[in-house]
Amino acid sequence: MKIKKLLIANRGEIAVRVIRAAKELGIKTVQVHSSADTESLAVKMADEAVNIGPPPAAKSYLSIAKILDAAHQTGADAVHPGYGFLAENAAFADAVEAAGMIFVGPRGDAIRTMGDKVAARVAALNAGVPCVPGSEGRVDDHEQAKRIATAIGFPVMIKAAAGGGGRGIRIAQNMAELETMMPQASAEAQAAFGDGGLYLEKVIERARHIEVQILGDGKRAIHCFERECSLQRRRQKVWEEAPSPVLPQTVREKLCASAVALAQAVNYRGAGTLEYLYDDKTHEFYFIEMNTRIQVEHPVTEMITGIDLVREMILVAGGAALSVAQNDVRMNGHAIEVRINAEDPAKNFMPAPGTVTALAVPGGPGTRFDTMLYQGYQVPPFYDSLLGKLIVWDNSRDAAINRMIRALHELRVEGLATTKPLHLALAADAEVRAGAFHTRWLEPWLEQNLDKLKS
Amino acid sequence: MAKHILSPLPGTFYRKSAPDKPHYKNEGDIVAIGDVIGLIEVMKSFNEVKADQAGKIVKFIADNEEPVMAGQPLVEIA
Repeated sequence: MKIKKLLIANRGEIAVRVIRAAKELGIKTVQVHSSADTESLAVKMADEAVNIGPPPAAKSYLSIAKILDAAHQTGADAVHPGYGFLAENAAFADAVEAAGMIFVGPRGDAIRTMGDKVAARVAALNAGVPCVPGSEGRVDDHEQAKRIATAIGFPVMIKAAAGGGGRGIRIAQNMAELETMMPQASAEAQAAFGDGGLYLEKVIERARHIEVQILGDGKRAIHCFERECSLQRRRQKVWEEAPSPVLPQTVREKLCASAVALAQAVNYRGAGTLEYLYDDKTHEFYFIEMNTRIQVEHPVTEMITGIDLVREMILVAGGAALSVAQNDVRMNGHAIEVRINAEDPAKNFMPAPGTVTALAVPGGPGTRFDTMLYQGYQVPPFYDSLLGKLIVWDNSRDAAINRMIRALHELRVEGLATTKPLHLALAADAEVRAGAFHTRWLEPWLEQNLDKLKS
Repeated sequence: MAKHILSPLPGTFYRKSAPDKPHYKNEGDIVAIGDVIGLIEVMKSFNEVKADQAGKIVKFIADNEEPVMAGQPLVEIA
């Protein structure tokens, strides 16, 4: 069934991105929005807009009932969830389909499997995808924990089975520490989560974050190569690129094939990303999790492959087969994306909502700026701080960094503080230029380079 | 004249540190300068609101989870 009218259940730059893709396909658009987003660019661009509630997301963008009401009221036949909000909520995907509409994304059961850490790990191992070495599920007693730790090697992470978001994690450097920490970790997990269950994982030190973009139509899955997103602050990506500056071709082939195997195993439909940790000394990679949605950093993949990922996910949701075969997916040049956030890097990334009094958008060859800003727009304080993404492409990584510096100097957002000075400082750094970083590289660098972060 | 504690930031006002925790302050409580009276969530980051004057809380003008603008009165004290 071809989609005729698409409802966008999201906001900000990704709503604008989805509306653009829909318009190019001749699909009508409905933008739902909170009362804080009445003046948003997505609302102005969409064919129709429906106010679904007050500013707090729980009462608007996270309200399944209000979104479905808006879809019925406008006659939408499909829903695109964007990223964040309800994008990885299996109950939402099920509810959209139960209401007779198309969910632009995977089926609810694929979201459910990949959203459960243990189920995702089992699916990955069954598909032959390497995972971080550790206990297969919970450890029952200390003797078992000691055997596993000996087998995988120290340091090991002790994690709460019911934990998440970095809570309930301890790192043991040796057997003595493991013995002391196990009872503490179990008691803490019992208190925090009502479940004292623990599992063990090997610590991958100085790991890089590399992820593989995949596309599926429910029958066939392909990969669109990898992205590297190792420059992170508080586990939030700030600079993403494709391809990875360090991945050897032979490893790339194995990594991407493993991602396709897992996507194929769950009959994946839509765009998805498999995240891995990569050890650039041993060339080993380990699956950590799958994101069953379009990602913020998808444009770097679009720039090196020429594939429009958002268009493709809308088409396959409408029942089409993938428009490209694996052999047609070619990698060309190098792309980098930096996140322009309403945060002041010189003031510990303090959020800076406000009104955009002047705006100059970079242009020229190989330059793309995905944003929801316009001059006079008042950035609301209720949602995340992403204002836009500056993406550049060039023949080589070096040339792309030079182009990024040029484009950043053209970008001018007045009226609020942004992360532009951070990206200029990173682009000027010798280690960034050499691609010599890992996921724990940026935070100490920020402490040592505070003087470079002033606008 | 009534004294007010104003919101230092635009965002969402919370009267407690977590949904299952008690309110930081209640009507009738005495506040000292520097006491935390609530949180403002702005772009997913949480910032404490501290009393910049001392006195007794007459009433909360902003409710828990209410969207507020910078400079908007949150609490009336006497």
